[in-house]
Amino acid sequence: MPVMTYREALKTAMADEMERDDSVVMLGEDIGVYGGTHVITDGLLERFGPKRIIDTPIAEGGFTGAAIGMAMTGLRPIVEMMTWNFSFLAADQIIQNAAKLRYFSGGQVTVPLVIRGPNGGGVQLSAQHTHSLEGFYGHFPGLKVVSPATPADVKGMMLTAIRDPDPVIFLEAGALYGTKGEVADGDATVPFGKARVAREGTDVTLIAYGRQVNLLLKVAETLAAEGVSAEVIDLRSIRPFDAATIVESVRKTHRAVVVQEQWRWFSVASEVAAVIQEEAFDDLDAPVERVSGAEVPAPYARNLELAAFPSEAQIVAAVQRVLYRT
Amino acid sequence: MATETGPAPTGAIQGAFQAGVVPQDGAAAFRAPLDHVDVGAGTITASVAPASAGDGGLDHETLREMYRFVALARALDERIWQLNRAGRAPFVVSGQGHEAALVGAGFALDRANDVVLPYYRDLALCLVFGLSARDVMMSVLARAPDPMSGGRQMPAHYGSARLRIVSSSSVVASQLPHATGTAYAAKLRGTGQVSLACFGEGAASKGDFHEACNFAGIHRLPVVFFCENNRYAISVPQSLQMAIDNVADRAAGYGFPGVVVDGTDLLAVHRAVGEAAARARRGEGPTLVEAKVYRFHPHTSDDDDRTYRSQDEVKAWRAWDPLARFEARLREVGALDDRTRAEIAAGVAAEVEAATDAAEAAPFPDPATFDRYVYDGG
Ligand SMILES: Cc1ncc(C[n+]2csc(CCOP(=O)(O)OP(=O)(O)O)c2C)c(N)n1
Ligand SMILES: [Mg+2]
Repeated sequence: MPVMTYREALKTAMADEMERDDSVVMLGEDIGVYGGTHVITDGLLERFGPKRIIDTPIAEGGFTGAAIGMAMTGLRPIVEMMTWNFSFLAADQIIQNAAKLRYFSGGQVTVPLVIRGPNGGGVQLSAQHTHSLEGFYGHFPGLKVVSPATPADVKGMMLTAIRDPDPVIFLEAGALYGTKGEVADGDATVPFGKARVAREGTDVTLIAYGRQVNLLLKVAETLAAEGVSAEVIDLRSIRPFDAATIVESVRKTHRAVVVQEQWRWFSVASEVAAVIQEEAFDDLDAPVERVSGAEVPAPYARNLELAAFPSEAQIVAAVQRVLYRT
Repeated sequence: MATETGPAPTGAIQGAFQAGVVPQDGAAAFRAPLDHVDVGAGTITASVAPASAGDGGLDHETLREMYRFVALARALDERIWQLNRAGRAPFVVSGQGHEAALVGAGFALDRANDVVLPYYRDLALCLVFGLSARDVMMSVLARAPDPMSGGRQMPAHYGSARLRIVSSSSVVASQLPHATGTAYAAKLRGTGQVSLACFGEGAASKGDFHEACNFAGIHRLPVVFFCENNRYAISVPQSLQMAIDNVADRAAGYGFPGVVVDGTDLLAVHRAVGEAAARARRGEGPTLVEAKVYRFHPHTSDDDDRTYRSQDEVKAWRAWDPLARFEARLREVGALDDRTRAEIAAGVAAEVEAATDAAEAAPFPDPATFDRYVYDGG
């Protein structure tokens, strides 16, 4: 299988789909000549021309609204948010319109729209460029929300996203654009609503999505050296949500630690913990632990930023607690 | 702004624009989406501020002080780039090319009373309003004494409650509605303060611009909207940002005047903003002043501008370097000679040096304080 970066895999999926389906168009700031500020759309203007690769004014609400209009009338737009942080400006269009149009039109109207861009932080861009929005968007019925962590998944889930008849919030792990992995050629779609067991283990289940998956794989290595066998689950899909894979794992390990970069209150980890206690209460040997970002807007100074994000040490400590080793 | 299909600009900036050095904004090279080709065909409704002449009615002392600020902003900006290249400063947003417009605007205000809402390119304006080189360096290196945020916020997001520099957001144009609020508060409380809100032509595409202008027009607020039009928003040329030549033309739709000014002519900007501020203080409401400038460096240290603009274009604009232009003017009117210029240059260099040394010696913020400032009492 060819090896490519997360960035290349993402672009490949979009380009393949644009090749296959000429109703797919792209809108966003700096996506044309510049190839995107994160170099995701590089070369697409040359390939598909300015009618399909639309460099927009700085108007997130406006161009997201335009994309909704396109989607309602037969196109399949992909909107690039330069970063998900700027999607707050389009939140009315996304939440009040895209998510509800099918419902309030009594099923007459569909919005096959993908909104994508880098999510999360860790690269010293401070509070206004660092949000992790999976909990936020995951809250709203009518949206599908995914957060792939590997090149294979970002390609496969983008193919699925573009073909999906409903609006998809496609949260890319911005910090992982340069990471490499094997990616199958061709139409290798990955379905929504199916978590991935990234590493098998028997003593504790570690659950995350996005760039925290890689952190968990590192932690699992560390734990293995201490004789603890950790299973790592990559959620991949936030809504729809795969409870079955998590429950099956917890039935085996009897312990779970959920890790996320976003804040703890009203978050994905809270939901995962709730699902585990609802569906596997009798299998648990310890309360489910959550390791989250600190309850502050992300700071700029590197030392403060590190203090605000989940660390390997915090995760190991949480694992020790659920194993009653402290 | 002259485009291939547009009418020639009129008035004072015509000289500059017809000199042949002001290039196309990229539209010619770019295949515009949806075959929209009418860029530049709009009618100009803004007025065009006259070019400055002589000393602009200012004394030599003031002219030298202005010059010093332009030179300080330039030198500080240069040093920040050096620190970035050396791996010591993670991030730079450069204001080179905008300095004269900002110093002209800043000096047109009451620096002891007025309120400014700067854009991230507005180092020069913030220096005029009292921020020191040392303050700036503390923020660039994210050190504990950073007066903007104590190392919480990215550099170039200026803010000082003490100096009436309103803390700025990364999200472009959010300062424009804020400015209508600061202006409303000033009007309600009778403080006599004028608010100056700065933004780029790209930011003017956001709904906030419309909402702010509309509100300011309705309430005749004492606010000057100051657009620094440098023809690009990161890579996106003006022709893909709007179908008109001048952001200032939009003012007519909100019921207040728009003025276009050559932003490389410090004294012309000084006069245009001075008139706008005077109008605001008389209770006659807002003005939109649009300064045509150029950014000499890439958008930020994360940008490579070679992909979207020719280096010939950048070079051509260098002939309109506002620092050089202002220096030439000061020499012409006898406000600057080799000796005074050397004195100013030495003072500026020493200030930048001392600021850098102080910041590099300063500690990083204490990690134990990372959750301070989230709520009152924190
Ligand atoms: C709402 C929003 N969208 C996108 C961005 C990313 N961004 C930062 S600066 C910039 C360009 C702004 O251009 P302009 O207003 O012309 O100012 P200039 O940088 O040219 O001085 C963009 C798109 C942002 N900060 N905020
Ligand atoms: Mg600009």
